[in-house]
Amino acid sequence: MTELVQCLVRGLGDGSVYALLAFGFVIIFKSMGVISFAQPALMLSGAVLVTYLVTTVNFYLAVVLAAAAVALLAVGVERTVLRPMIGKPVFVISIITLGVDIVIRVVVNAYIGLDVRQVGAPWGLSTSRLVGVEVQQRHLIMFVTTMVLVAILFAFFRYSRMGLAMRAVAFDQEVALAQGVSVGFVFALSWAIAGALATVAGVFVSTGAGVDQQLWIIALKALPVIILGGLDSLGGAVIAGLVIGVVESLVATYGADVAPWLGGEFSLVTPYLVMMVVLLVRPYGLFGTREVIRI
Amino acid sequence: MTSSLRTRFGRPELYTSYSQDMALLNTTPKKLFVAGVLVVALAMTFSVDDGLLQLLATGCALAIGAIGLNIVTGYAGQVSLGHAFFVAIGAYTAAVLSGDPNGRVLGFGITEVPIWLLAAGGMSALAGALVAPLAVRLRGLYLAIVTLGLVFIGQFVFREWTELAGPPDIGRPAPVATLFGTRIDVDGSSLTRVQQLYLLMLVILVIFALLARNLARSRTGRAFAAIRDRDIAAAVIGVNLTRYKVVAFAVSSFYAGVAGALLYVIPQTFTAGNFNLLMSVQFIAMILIGGVATISGSIMGALFITLLPRITSELPAVLPFISTNATGGGITVVQVESILYGLLIVGFLLFEPKGLFGIWIRIRNYWKAWPFSY
Repeated sequence: MTELVQCLVRGLGDGSVYALLAFGFVIIFKSMGVISFAQPALMLSGAVLVTYLVTTVNFYLAVVLAAAAVALLAVGVERTVLRPMIGKPVFVISIITLGVDIVIRVVVNAYIGLDVRQVGAPWGLSTSRLVGVEVQQRHLIMFVTTMVLVAILFAFFRYSRMGLAMRAVAFDQEVALAQGVSVGFVFALSWAIAGALATVAGVFVSTGAGVDQQLWIIALKALPVIILGGLDSLGGAVIAGLVIGVVESLVATYGADVAPWLGGEFSLVTPYLVMMVVLLVRPYGLFGTREVIRI
Repeated sequence: MTSSLRTRFGRPELYTSYSQDMALLNTTPKKLFVAGVLVVALAMTFSVDDGLLQLLATGCALAIGAIGLNIVTGYAGQVSLGHAFFVAIGAYTAAVLSGDPNGRVLGFGITEVPIWLLAAGGMSALAGALVAPLAVRLRGLYLAIVTLGLVFIGQFVFREWTELAGPPDIGRPAPVATLFGTRIDVDGSSLTRVQQLYLLMLVILVIFALLARNLARSRTGRAFAAIRDRDIAAAVIGVNLTRYKVVAFAVSSFYAGVAGALLYVIPQTFTAGNFNLLMSVQFIAMILIGGVATISGSIMGALFITLLPRITSELPAVLPFISTNATGGGITVVQVESILYGLLIVGFLLFEPKGLFGIWIRIRNYWKAWPFSY
């Protein structure tokens, strides 16, 4: 029982990181129709920026500043590299973001060096009691923060004028433009939100293990998450993120007992296996919109 | 025949028969140029030092893989980020077939090149045909990410299955190559091992490039193009989508398998970590930089990407702010290489979407009408 609760909490914590990252992917996809492979680099640069900022300012302020800086970086990428490509095939634009990802990561890696850098989160690895079980605080904090951020964003999309504009652009870019929505600003804003979310996710990931050059690989787990949830579903991204996190955690905890022949690292590929199985049944993910295709 | 040749003199695109129009090398300059390239490629065997020749040989092997990716992504329009997975299957099939039966890892001791080459292609093609049903159900970016998942699953399997792949850090010995009873991956009496293997890979590349060109202009190739341009429209005019998507994936994977089998013969060892996401991205970069849906473009792109490290390693001599050692200040060669790599992908897509092939076409057209610029 203790093990199960710990495992679930860890899964929800990791899952909320995936959910944050996936949320960023989906926001960009909804506005531009593109999967941004630059998210891993944005996440890494956010986490690294925090490790430098915490040496001078308070941790929370550092996260906010880093999120703002990475949001600016994301807007810069969108303006310089992606804006000229509007109207080109989405696959080509996605591959461009892959190139951007490589460039940013090389630059950021130079600031990481060979050591592991710490983000210096105040809660660190300390634990607290939940229904009589010791669980790590960071997983609870990750989950709660993610839920709060997601709630704020949903409220933003639902009730604010700009949120309405973003929904309009997601529905149809040209019609939105004709109604006076600044589509370019919506693109920039969606990249900024995705960049800020990636920073928060990066900080969460590195509270446990620190920041090293391999951190970006975790961001790739958001890819099966967005496919599982459906590329254009924000709610799907959150739910699929949590599901993948919990499944991964369960497999990591119990996989060795149930099927030892699978090996210790089987949990690393479970997100992809879950994704493939679900896609065979539902080709547009759990909550994705079925594409209507005409000749 | 002679009269038709005479009438064509000076009018290269006047065709007097259907077979002339359909010929692969339909103009005299094209024939001369291809012959020239082949002669230069052969002459390189003897005039280039073994270090560079090894790179060129690797480039030939990668070019086969790039042609394969171009068949499924360029011609048939099915985006695949999982090419490294099929390359891995080919590499392991060939290595297991030709491996030492008494070694640390699996091996059957069948070292004849044609046998393990075809087996490697066959196994990969089988895997490709098994994955193809996903492509029938999924479209666009969904398919790209699912094929990306294949790379991760493949890496996991090859890391865990140590009897096949050896310990994850050390890997296993690469395929052993014998041709008609003689080992060609050891120094021969007149040629070094790198020279022999370069010749082998060059010949195989020429064969596979020719096959791909022929496939592209056949009924199958036209079906691929129809699927790429609009799959629903293709289905309406009677193209069997399921069948041709399976064929595209199988053929592409066959090429990937052959490339994988050849890729590590020169370095003699490989690990499961070789077949990572970066390899898939490199193949994508090759076809994008070379030219989508062109065979010669795939070869140019593959050679370009393979020679890129060599080019950047020459940079410190020219640009003093780039340092050669990893610990010193400034930017290192490795960093420059990775950045160039990213910038090249972005740059080519932004400014020259048709790739090196497009640049070549522009140069050709310029001289075709010279001295008139229109």
